[in-house]
Amino acid sequence: MNAPVLDIRDLRTVFRVGGRELTAVADLDLSIAPGETVALVGESGSGKSVTSLSVMGLLPRKVGRIDNGTIAFRGKSGAARDLVGMTPEALRQLRGNDMAMVFQEPMTSLNPVYTVGEQIAEPMRIHLGRSRAQAAAAAVQLLADVGIPDPARRARQFPHELSGGMRQRATIAMALACDPKLLIADEPTTALDVTIQAQILDLLAKLQAERGMAMLFVTHNLGVVAEIADRVAVMYAGRIVETGTVDEVFDHPRHPYTQGLLRSVPRLGQATALKRAGTPLPTIAGAVPSLANLPRGCAFAPRCPYAIDACTVAVPPLADTGGGHGSRCIRWPEI
Amino acid sequence: MTTFIARRLAIGLVMLLALSVLVFVLLRLAPGDPIDAYINPSAPLSAEALAALRARLGLDAPLPVQYLGWLRAALTGDLGFSTQRAGVPVLPLVLERIGPTILLMAAGLAIAIVAGISAGILSAVRRNSAADVGLSVLAFTGISSPAFLTALLGLYFFSVRLGWAPSGSMTTPGAAFSVPDLLHHLVLPAVILSIGHAALIMRYMRASLLEVLNQDYVRTARAKGVREFWVIVKHAVRNALLPVITLIGSTIGVAVGGAIFIESVFNWPGMGLLLVSAVSDRDYPVIMGATLVIGAAVIVVNLLTDITYAAVDPRIRVS
Repeated sequence: MNAPVLDIRDLRTVFRVGGRELTAVADLDLSIAPGETVALVGESGSGKSVTSLSVMGLLPRKVGRIDNGTIAFRGKSGAARDLVGMTPEALRQLRGNDMAMVFQEPMTSLNPVYTVGEQIAEPMRIHLGRSRAQAAAAAVQLLADVGIPDPARRARQFPHELSGGMRQRATIAMALACDPKLLIADEPTTALDVTIQAQILDLLAKLQAERGMAMLFVTHNLGVVAEIADRVAVMYAGRIVETGTVDEVFDHPRHPYTQGLLRSVPRLGQATALKRAGTPLPTIAGAVPSLANLPRGCAFAPRCPYAIDACTVAVPPLADTGGGHGSRCIRWPEI
Repeated sequence: MTTFIARRLAIGLVMLLALSVLVFVLLRLAPGDPIDAYINPSAPLSAEALAALRARLGLDAPLPVQYLGWLRAALTGDLGFSTQRAGVPVLPLVLERIGPTILLMAAGLAIAIVAGISAGILSAVRRNSAADVGLSVLAFTGISSPAFLTALLGLYFFSVRLGWAPSGSMTTPGAAFSVPDLLHHLVLPAVILSIGHAALIMRYMRASLLEVLNQDYVRTARAKGVREFWVIVKHAVRNALLPVITLIGSTIGVAVGGAIFIESVFNWPGMGLLLVSAVSDRDYPVIMGATLVIGAAVIVVNLLTDITYAAVDPRIRVS
């Protein structure tokens, strides 16, 4: 395997809320190789978005900060640099250039008062020193690359004149403008229709293969993970609870939370079978604990069917279950 | 866009017509008889002579007839004669007063817009800092200070005590016209006119920018590596300006009221001063003419506001 583009070690990100510091992400290790797609999966509040914002240096100022850890990033220079402790200006020069991000809401993540073309051209003018005309021409080419018909006309239009799917293609074009080494996609298909979702996933997979980018794909949708990712990291209450290749984790989940998630995914034809049997779709009992009030030991223990006294003593380490597969469950060999 | 402007102009004309009816009726409802103000109080006229004068001036006809007579003449650009200044037609009288009022209002609004928007941006970007708190306190003071108070206080401190600014009129009497002299006379009334508006614009700008700074597209701009200065100025401020433009447009009508007051205090030879003296003299034709011209000006300014809005926000261009 090539040297990783992104190598996060022992990341801990905290938020200051009402005078208290809450740990949003803890003990997080994650590494992505060039051309590889790693999916970060979890429910709302599990810390997956905070992780991506920590990498981008976009944590809300004065509220969120990285408390510990290193984020080694190998950008266009080819040398690995630690993003933690980098000056805001140095980070800004990497953002949109060496690493870029696609956001969840295509409806609101484009600026309504500038044309689509201007917005795609902007990072190239900032980072690559392109002239207005060069950047505008490149923006039209990018719109063509992301599969938008009649790109020259679309570039002159404003975001409100484009459909949701087309806007998301435009934000992808914007993220790819400077040919980044790392693309972070934060729930890029969540706000879209199912048919459009599939198109956007295909597009991302195709562009990634063409450009050899590393991709961090944040989602709560396991179906999407199966389709796009090479490896997956499942997050719960700020920690990765299980990680491994998609095949390994989906076929042999070694953490009760992952098992519960996989069981609760509805399958085609299953609904009628369940209705006939009179059983509801399996769910995970209980609710995600508040970060302000995490249980002792394993955060999942209160909801876990396998929980024993030992689970509440200390946070379980991420145990190697073999073949690059890890589980933060002390009973992983039994389940 | 052309149909939009044409439609707005047509609506404006209807509003002007309604305004003229309203002012006409209100004037006739007000106590007092224009004849009383017209005649020389030291030389009382006989009842017959009064009736004859009333008939000659058309004041004996029924109100609708009086109004239609005025309207017919007004449509040809004839707004009648001042009843107080013998033989002086209303239109040139009003027109020569427009310039000073526009100058005062434009200066006041320009100061209010520049000061209000920059203070609002500073306050929003440095939210909860000492500067933000200070500016907010200042803005609340400004909003709650009526013009009659600030005008008199300003006059007292800056003209009487400090002697920095002249206490009234547009130019130094007797001196040849010069731009520095005009500006010297303009500064104090314009600044005082701007206070309330600057404070209001600042509050709106601050609130609007704080909201915009939380928008997804601002985060997108940061994710693209846009410098923080340009994130604010290029991506956030332009969006935050939209509600502020509406506010500025709608305060211009209010600013006319403020200008009337400030013109009286500073003896500024504009429409306001003309209107105030016409009202106290019951000079009906001048009141009608001045109101109509002010109304027309406000309607045109509101139209310009809508056009500006469309220029800043592409989303409303099509509809």
